[in-house]
Amino acid sequence: MSGKIDHDSYSDATLRNLLNSVKSVAVVGASPNWNRPSYFVMKYLQDKGYRILPVNPRAAGEEILGEKVYVSLAEIPDSFDMVDVFRNSEVAGAVTDEAIALKDERDIKAIWMQLTVRNDAAAARAEAAGLQVVMDRCPKIEFGRLNSELSWGGFNSKVISAKRRKVRIG
Amino acid sequence: MSPKQDKAAEPKFGFETRMIHAGAQPEPVTGARQTPIHQNTSYVFHDAEHAASLFNLQTFGFIYSRLTNPTVAVLEERIASLEDGRGGTCCASGHAAQLLAFFALMEPGDSFIASNRLYGGSITQFGKTFKKFDWRAKFVDVDDPQNVRDALTPDCKAIFVESLANPGGVVSDLEALSSIAKDAGIPLIVDNTMATPYLCRPIEWGADLVVHSTTKFLSGNGTSLGGCVVDSGNFDWAQNDKFPGLAGPEPAYHGLNFYETFGDMAFTTHAHAIGLRDLGSTMAPMNAFQTILGCETLALRMERHCENARKVAEFLEAHPAVAWVSCAALPSSPYHALAQKYLPKGAGAVFTFGVKGGYEAGTRVVENCEIFSHLANIGDARSLILHPASTTHRQLSEEQQQAAGAGPDVIRLSIGLETLEDLIADLDQAITAASR
Ligand SMILES: Cc1ncc(COP(=O)(O)O)c(C=O)c1O
Repeated sequence: MSGKIDHDSYSDATLRNLLNSVKSVAVVGASPNWNRPSYFVMKYLQDKGYRILPVNPRAAGEEILGEKVYVSLAEIPDSFDMVDVFRNSEVAGAVTDEAIALKDERDIKAIWMQLTVRNDAAAARAEAAGLQVVMDRCPKIEFGRLNSELSWGGFNSKVISAKRRKVRIG
Repeated sequence: MSPKQDKAAEPKFGFETRMIHAGAQPEPVTGARQTPIHQNTSYVFHDAEHAASLFNLQTFGFIYSRLTNPTVAVLEERIASLEDGRGGTCCASGHAAQLLAFFALMEPGDSFIASNRLYGGSITQFGKTFKKFDWRAKFVDVDDPQNVRDALTPDCKAIFVESLANPGGVVSDLEALSSIAKDAGIPLIVDNTMATPYLCRPIEWGADLVVHSTTKFLSGNGTSLGGCVVDSGNFDWAQNDKFPGLAGPEPAYHGLNFYETFGDMAFTTHAHAIGLRDLGSTMAPMNAFQTILGCETLALRMERHCENARKVAEFLEAHPAVAWVSCAALPSSPYHALAQKYLPKGAGAVFTFGVKGGYEAGTRVVENCEIFSHLANIGDARSLILHPASTTHRQLSEEQQQAAGAGPDVIRLSIGLETLEDLIADLDQAITAASR
């Protein structure tokens, strides 16, 4: 590895590779209310084939989108690939440390902090532990942007390509 | 949630590449390279759950073409990319775009500040028709920024100007106006129809929203009405309590807060999901297709439009029967310095002049032209000529006409792409015959 990761701008390839390699996402700060941003993101990711594992002590024991809500990352019995953080930048530090402690046991590969959430010190600790970190982004927006779906709403995806995308059966 | 521009690390493609490619990848099912015309009203849902997600705005996708359509979406992304904005919302006309822009911002009883030198149709829309919604336009001379500051009131929700104003070659000081808007916590809206994003990109100077009549230079051949609102994604709609439509609970979506949920995509999402849904001023897919074709050659056309216009203006300024020429490309224009700052590639193709002999001689010039078409439009490949006071600016009082640069002796030209010498010869014979 050469040099530090630039958290001000991630290449499309970096984000695409991460989103393509991840299959399960623990969502910390998951809301059971249908009109909250975290619910929108979980619903979208689940529809795209990701398994979502909601974490929220205040909704523990409930279900969100058919998945049991856990008190903490440690309480999730299965492995999961990525942690998506819907908490503020400060709390994101503690969530990151919890993920670092669990990373081998649960096979965690990446930490994703939502739009406006950024904690550079936590990111440095996670990267030192071998985890990939994305901050101040939304996985729903990035998935949609890189797969032309964001463009359907008139948004500037900044993706330009003359390649024909493969359409697979699914 | 604070506004956030998408921070892609990819190399930024040049303007000409984006005017051809932005928004339009090959169609994945057939491989069709040119954008298909989706002449289609409605879209099949995968299942009930998918339908519910779409109606709740939880997933991206098409429901019904009053809101979004795949062909129109290509044009929206194309224009948003050319303006360096976050998203675009196309609609039926330039006037529809202006209504759509204000619709998200205004409540009954609110006011906004507008330049008194706008295109006459805009002055009428704002001053007369908007009144019926109890939206109050205050027209001020924005050349002196102090006039704008003095006109600000707590109920003021926006400042609206044209980057380059129709008809008279008036250029707005966008940087100064944007700093006033920022201090007041309200967006600066810029009508960029006459300049196009090739000549001026208002967002780079601090504009928050850009509106277009795509009817003009973007479509470029006089075929299709259309409009677009581009959102920069930079405005913080929650910085004060002025914008409950965007940063408060939305009753039409069960209390959804657009800014909290969609961040820098809030305005464009709102403009489709509420604006177009309820105002119904949708752009037709065929018009979007024609305008997509127009965008592909925008840079080339604008270069020639500007060059022809500057040379015609120079010819007229030297003509013994011409009383005056108002064109920001000429050093004689009071707006020349602003044009060099904001429109360094050219001061557009539309300007005004007056002949000696006033109104009577002016109308004879219009009628004597052979190549210039006498009609009420601008931004066509063809050269156009018009007498604004009796047509486009007819609804205005004489005082408003004077302020807008459309007094009784004013003739407006929109210079096209024909051979320069033919245009000059046509005007020369028309003026000479009219002065006899
Ligand atoms: C500068 C400007 N803004 C807005 C409009 C209105 O556009 P439309 O005729 O497409 O409604 C026009 C054209 O008439 C115009 O010239």
